[in-house]
Amino acid sequence: MTASVHSVAEVMAGPAGRRGWRERLARWRVPLSVLVLCLLPWVLPSQALAVNVLIYGLLAVGYNLLFGYTGMLSFGHAAFFGAGAYATGIGIGQFGLPWFAAIGYGMLAGGALAFVVGLLAIRTRGIYFSMVTLALAQLVYYTALQATSITGGENGLRGFTLARIDLFGWSIDFLDPVKKYYVLMVFAALALWFVSRILNSPFGAVIEAIRENETRARACGYDVERSKVMSFTLSGLVCALAGALFALHLAIVPLDILGIQTSGMIVMMTLLGGAGSFFGPFVGALAFLLMEDVVSLWTPHWQIVVGTVFILFVLFLPKGIWGTLLAWRAGR
Amino acid sequence: MDAELIAMQLFSGVALGAILVMVALGLSIIFGMLGVVNFAHGALFMVGAYAGLYVATLTGSFWWGLLVAPLAVGAFGMLIERVLIRPLYGRSIDDPLLLTFGLGYVLVETVRILFGNEGMPFPTPPELAGVADLGIGYFPIYRLFVVGVVAVILLLLWLGLEKTRFGLIVRAGARDPQIMRVLGVDVARVWLMVFGLGVGLTALGGVLAAPMRSVDPEMGTLVLAEAFVVTVIGGMGSLVGAIVAGLLIGIAISMTALFAPEMATIVMFALMALVLLIRPQGLFGKPGRA
Repeated sequence: MTASVHSVAEVMAGPAGRRGWRERLARWRVPLSVLVLCLLPWVLPSQALAVNVLIYGLLAVGYNLLFGYTGMLSFGHAAFFGAGAYATGIGIGQFGLPWFAAIGYGMLAGGALAFVVGLLAIRTRGIYFSMVTLALAQLVYYTALQATSITGGENGLRGFTLARIDLFGWSIDFLDPVKKYYVLMVFAALALWFVSRILNSPFGAVIEAIRENETRARACGYDVERSKVMSFTLSGLVCALAGALFALHLAIVPLDILGIQTSGMIVMMTLLGGAGSFFGPFVGALAFLLMEDVVSLWTPHWQIVVGTVFILFVLFLPKGIWGTLLAWRAGR
Repeated sequence: MDAELIAMQLFSGVALGAILVMVALGLSIIFGMLGVVNFAHGALFMVGAYAGLYVATLTGSFWWGLLVAPLAVGAFGMLIERVLIRPLYGRSIDDPLLLTFGLGYVLVETVRILFGNEGMPFPTPPELAGVADLGIGYFPIYRLFVVGVVAVILLLLWLGLEKTRFGLIVRAGARDPQIMRVLGVDVARVWLMVFGLGVGLTALGGVLAAPMRSVDPEMGTLVLAEAFVVTVIGGMGSLVGAIVAGLLIGIAISMTALFAPEMATIVMFALMALVLLIRPQGLFGKPGRA
């Protein structure tokens, strides 16, 4: 009798112990992410790869807020990434804004665009939502293509190179890749903290409830439409920040940034890493970019390999790399 | 701006719309039956155009390309359904969508490897070159031919769906596959055929469109977006909606190209936004499905 009580206690302790492990990981997720980001330039084969992982990882984090946590599969997030990049470049090059104000301007533009697109797109659900976001992103693409005088059209946006950046009396050499990386990283770290706070808030619980069961969330009295638009806008805002960092990094905004390929790449990165997990998007961005780097060494058609790997993931590992690791660790 | 020019442009729009109808119908049939949105649909349109070009070059006749390419690509579509999409039934509705998106990537790159990055011209068959005088103006014969082919296909589709046993099963299966299974219908086989049919339609659209433009590996991207716009405007799963909206979009693009060329690619998206605001389920969609 006592033996069976003992074993029951053990059974109870088992999952609780594991839950403790996951809770500790969740509590330290922002400092841990920032620590990894700090180390990135020193552990990856090239500086260029590190800064790309930083920017695309942040982009995927923003996208994950919508896809992973709210359960809305957008195929148009290139629009907000691109809007952030274009507005930042235009802010510096044409309005003469200081660089930090230009980042704010980029986020404002991307966030506002996300708000408008979100309002339209959430009028549809499920598969329609994916189609409508894709179509609206194409609208943004063709508008940028036509508005040559503002965006540079097919040639992309140029002419806003920053050699040095100044803040509070400091002057930082922005052409030095390491210094540039750490300046951009500060913004990514702030955004990670912001996203983590959103996910921990009551609002974070509401969007996850919508993902799990929209009808039930509505029956519980939550304003599903408003929460969806909020989630869409916040997601667009983070993606726009990634775009702003992209513009500062490259000092050029190619038109391709708005294309369907970019939207697809965001989806792929998020899914490869693990949608709905905090670290997943960065893991996915790293995996995607490493794959691109390695495969393009021996063929210019690296997309065929990336596409095939993506198909295999959808078929066999839909939780992605990080999600599968978590599930495996929890299931042991 | 004389009436003849407007009539010609209007007709161009109908020809363009006819192609869109083929693509959007394929998309709608697959969705209505399988509940799958095929994101590789644009890529398969492009594959259809290349297959048509390849067969036409090989045999020296456009007609073989027009006949063989849709059948071959349709069969390829059945293979896709059997191998890649069937394992995903019963999982999240997003999964087939994600998978077909990845497949589109692979198809575009495969065509790049086989045929190169650059576009290739697709000559208009000599039998169909030139213009015809219809009394109200001169119209390119090839475009008249395209509209004719699409009309015949639509008629055949309608007859097939309404008058045959297979069509009966397809229509019933779209409403309740579970009951069909209980009644002893091999639903898996029907879905295989329907996917092949949908892919074959978009491939036919690709071959028909090719001589009016050139073929290039990226040609499917805009077509996919256009087909989505048509489906959203017409109402997902509605075949009548796909036809009406396809023609409407074709005419809208063509007329805008006449009056404000820089707005031509943008106008259809504006129309879609308008429909979403006023009637989110689409012109012919049933409320609640959107």
